[in-house]
Amino acid sequence: MNLMLLTAMLLAALWAVFTRTLLKSAIALALASVLLTVIMFQLKSPLAAVFELSVCAGLITVVFVSTISLTQPQSDAQVLAHAGQRLRRYWFLPVLLALVVVGLDCAHLPLDFTPPTPEEAGLDVRNVLWNMRPTDLLGQVIIILAGVFGVVVLFKEKA
Amino acid sequence: MDPSLFPLFGLFTVLLLVTGLYCVVATRNFIRLLIGLEIVTKGVTLLIILGGYLSGHMALAQALAITLIVIEVVVIAIAAGIVIAIYRKNGSLDANLMKNLKG
Amino acid sequence: MLATLIFIPLLLLILLNLPCGCLRRAAGPLGIIYVVGQAFLTVGGLGEAPCPWMHGITRGIGSAIDVFGFKSSVLAAFPLAADGITRTMLLSIAVVALAGLLVGRGTIADDRQRFNFANLVLVTVMGMNGIVLVRDLFSVYVFIEVASVASFILIALHKDREGLEGALKYIVMSAVATAMMLSAIGLFLMLAGGTAFTDVAQLFGHSATDAEARTMGLAPTLGLLAAALFLGGIFIKSGLVPFHGWLPDAYMAAPAGVSVLLGGIVTKTTGVYVLVRLAWDMLGIHGTVGSTLLLVGTISIVAGALLALVQSDFKRMLAYSSISQVGYIIASLGTGTAMGLAGAVFHIFNHAIFKSQLFVNAAAVEKQVGSRNMDEMGGLAVKMPLTGTTILMALLSTAGVPPFAGFWSKLVILLALWQAGCTTYALIAVLASILTLAYFLSMLRRVFWGKLRKGLEGVHEAAPSLTVPAVILTLITIAVGILIPFVFGTFILPVDRL
Repeated sequence: MNLMLLTAMLLAALWAVFTRTLLKSAIALALASVLLTVIMFQLKSPLAAVFELSVCAGLITVVFVSTISLTQPQSDAQVLAHAGQRLRRYWFLPVLLALVVVGLDCAHLPLDFTPPTPEEAGLDVRNVLWNMRPTDLLGQVIIILAGVFGVVVLFKEKA
Repeated sequence: MDPSLFPLFGLFTVLLLVTGLYCVVATRNFIRLLIGLEIVTKGVTLLIILGGYLSGHMALAQALAITLIVIEVVVIAIAAGIVIAIYRKNGSLDANLMKNLKG
Repeated sequence: MLATLIFIPLLLLILLNLPCGCLRRAAGPLGIIYVVGQAFLTVGGLGEAPCPWMHGITRGIGSAIDVFGFKSSVLAAFPLAADGITRTMLLSIAVVALAGLLVGRGTIADDRQRFNFANLVLVTVMGMNGIVLVRDLFSVYVFIEVASVASFILIALHKDREGLEGALKYIVMSAVATAMMLSAIGLFLMLAGGTAFTDVAQLFGHSATDAEARTMGLAPTLGLLAAALFLGGIFIKSGLVPFHGWLPDAYMAAPAGVSVLLGGIVTKTTGVYVLVRLAWDMLGIHGTVGSTLLLVGTISIVAGALLALVQSDFKRMLAYSSISQVGYIIASLGTGTAMGLAGAVFHIFNHAIFKSQLFVNAAAVEKQVGSRNMDEMGGLAVKMPLTGTTILMALLSTAGVPPFAGFWSKLVILLALWQAGCTTYALIAVLASILTLAYFLSMLRRVFWGKLRKGLEGVHEAAPSLTVPAVILTLITIAVGILIPFVFGTFILPVDRL
């Protein structure tokens, strides 16, 4: 089950890299996000999975699609010419991935480690986030404010 | 929570990271570059959740993953804004045409 | 109390952006008042044994918050801490932000752009304060991203072609480096069960409290891989050779005030400070880590100096000079001794002062002459006396000439290298100092001395907003240089403790 999900996610990511049109690439990315959500749910992280689904599969896809629609990168002739070279540029990737798999297999990394015993096994995410890591929350607030500011700065044409 | 899960998940995490990095390096289109960065982010999120799962600190890992997702969406939004501004300025998104700054 | 350093700018940011718009013109001055306040706070003493009037200020802030109905104990719930290294960084952040704000006021003409600039500088200051105050690796990442996002927007502020391209390059390199650091954090989480500094230190057997865990090499292979990944990410962020490709482009493409900030403090905080914390508190500088730092540092010193020699663009030369100086800091850290750490932190402070001053002067020259190409300039010393004198003092401090502050920090670094037995590295560092002097003198000759070039007769001294920060920074350099015994005793030696 896990293996199927992981392979499907990798295939979705590869499709996002290889596909010709940017729109299909963004949709492939959304698909990979959905698969990651399911994997995270399998790894007993329901809250993070929901966040990943709503933010990455939702918000980021919207950002990408609107960026793609706001920019028309190349004329049609250029798209065809560029796409023809595409395979020549990307053929190396599956080869590289296969090499990585073989390399890691042969490296015989000593993957033995004893995980430390968790003390707060019954702790809740919300508790951790609000009580134990308040600085991270503060950082999130600041970066969201900065992001909003940045979008305003970048998008405002000289009135 | 057994360490035996690590090789399988670890392998796929590494493959995901390599895919994303390759996309960043080999593409000429800026938007596909951002998609490559997003794939790398997915790999890292998976790694953090995996780390929490294998060490038993699920709550901490989820908190980290949530923070990471929020931060990355802001970064991607700003990067998309810059790409749109580049398009408006240059009229195209071809990386080969941007050789203004000699490295 | 320490959380106020992040909350007060946040409050200012919210106040400035309220819909009423009455405070819009006050953005710059409010920012300046805040950073001056932060500078005084750090000098006055943040942690234990502060000056007497600090107690009064702390109590005052606490009661002010209580008056408004919030619980001031909320501020104490944030796990922030400040030791000697943090204090030095906070002071450097404040001083460089002051210079950056003043230069921004001088070079940005549009009112709305000035407002955006001041707000984004406040966000950057908040991010950097956060980086130096937290004691947890993931929180460091969070605040690195805060400072980086603000820097991306700042570089692209004018939306000119160069700025946008530089910003995009910075984004990509920063994202790759961040991915490496986050992978390492994920592995640390798996191996150590937490991401706090103490957790990771225990993983590497470097915990100061646990006596029996002090044996080195406790970490399994994965731990070493994670450390290598994190170090790789940090090297990219610090701009060390051979990961320095993005740095000159980003520094050059940014608007003048932003270059002051970037070159002076942002790279140092997001990269070098995190490296100091990682190496000193968590990994422990012995064996491979120490020699890697020494090697990378020395290569950066030499490569940065050589590349700076051949540049014709003013800001590009300063960017390569930054790479060289960061090499000094890393090499000094690589010795692993307390003196090496003291030299490194002192040099971070000095570099913040003189490098930001050099960028201020570069901004003044660029504004008056209209270009950054040094081959087209000449003989400006007559027309711009203040800029000429301050730039001379800054470069003497950079090259390590007494009695300026740079001499003392370079001396400490060389002594640390010598004492640790790395004599070849020390010799290379000394020779590179001579190279530094060489490229700076060549710049001075091209820009300021010599005959006045045709077409530059109309040039006059820059506006006060560009000369005042230069003068202030020069005075700080001279003061620290002359008062070195006092500074050494109270700031440098106890840098590890407090």
